[in-house]
Amino acid sequence: MFKFLEPNKIFLITSKATKYVMVLFILVLSIGLVEALVLSPQDYKQSHSVRIMYVHVPGAWISLGIFSSITFLSLSGYIFKNKNFFLIAKSLAPSGLVFNIVALVTGSIWGKPTWGTWWAWDARITSMLILFLFYLIYLLAWRIYQNKDKVYKITTLITIFGIINVPIIKYSVDWWNTLHQPASINILSKSSIHSSMLFPLVIMTAAFALFSLLIFLMKYNTELIKIKNKGLDRL
Amino acid sequence: MYGKKVKFRFLFIILIFFSLTLSIFLVLKSLEENVVFFKSPSDVKLLAELENKKIRIGGMVKLSSIKMSSDEINFIITDFKNEINVSYSGIVPNLFSEGKGVVAEGYLKDRNFFEASKILAKHDENYMPPEVKSALEDN
Repeated sequence: MFKFLEPNKIFLITSKATKYVMVLFILVLSIGLVEALVLSPQDYKQSHSVRIMYVHVPGAWISLGIFSSITFLSLSGYIFKNKNFFLIAKSLAPSGLVFNIVALVTGSIWGKPTWGTWWAWDARITSMLILFLFYLIYLLAWRIYQNKDKVYKITTLITIFGIINVPIIKYSVDWWNTLHQPASINILSKSSIHSSMLFPLVIMTAAFALFSLLIFLMKYNTELIKIKNKGLDRL
Repeated sequence: MYGKKVKFRFLFIILIFFSLTLSIFLVLKSLEENVVFFKSPSDVKLLAELENKKIRIGGMVKLSSIKMSSDEINFIITDFKNEINVSYSGIVPNLFSEGKGVVAEGYLKDRNFFEASKILAKHDENYMPPEVKSALEDN
């Protein structure tokens, strides 16, 4: 199974893809920034501080999405004994961590003028901080354990623990009283965010996703080169 | 299609996952009291006894209930079933206004009176430009 995933063939594609993704990322980011910072209207209540949302919300979405992908890849890697899945998961983690930090920091900057506090120990914010800790532990485990079989098992276990936190983050605002507002965007019902503000949000999310892809490709290429140079370790 | 070992590992993962989910669910259920960020005025009415402990009360600022004097702000927090009088002296956040969400941190004097030491404004999930807001109000 998964015979098509041969390192040489993958490297041929991933090494070329980097520059195209880079160009696309710069293009989408510049459209997104102009939309978010200049063209989109200010909010009726929070005025210009609504613009922080265009960085905060995509950051949070991407970090949750990446953690879910890491879990899925690790579990598949463990069940099918496929090393490549683990390498993809490992290469995805750094950008997830970065966007998690982005979400926490911009949330704090937004919280001060809006709520009147930098930090509140409410369920949404605390569970997001726990996700950050899981990212840290996950990345540290790759650093600490040299034994490959051991590191695969341990990182899989970390992701199983961490993934339970993901639905808690998503639904914390519905299950408990929180300071954080409930979700504005619903797939099933009408969104409570005006279309002129939804557009920059979608573009910025696309830009952040491209950035994650770019960092992923760079990390993944490095991993493949490492394997090539060693000549012993095969995917 | 898959070997015995693959099936075994799959079941093993499922087992770990469900036992972990169950234990975390039970932990959160028993800690519910601490997971909620604030109590509503109705929760306060149902309190068995008043403890001299710092708590947070959240809800809407009742319309035309804000009374400002030189050193104190008085207003009413309501959840449209019960309400509670709040007194506070200090700076309120910009978004603190009538008909909007608020969380007050402080001490209960009795079931109807709360002395706040900190006021947080709660923002709702609605985002729109000012023109849309005024158009909505006209309708």
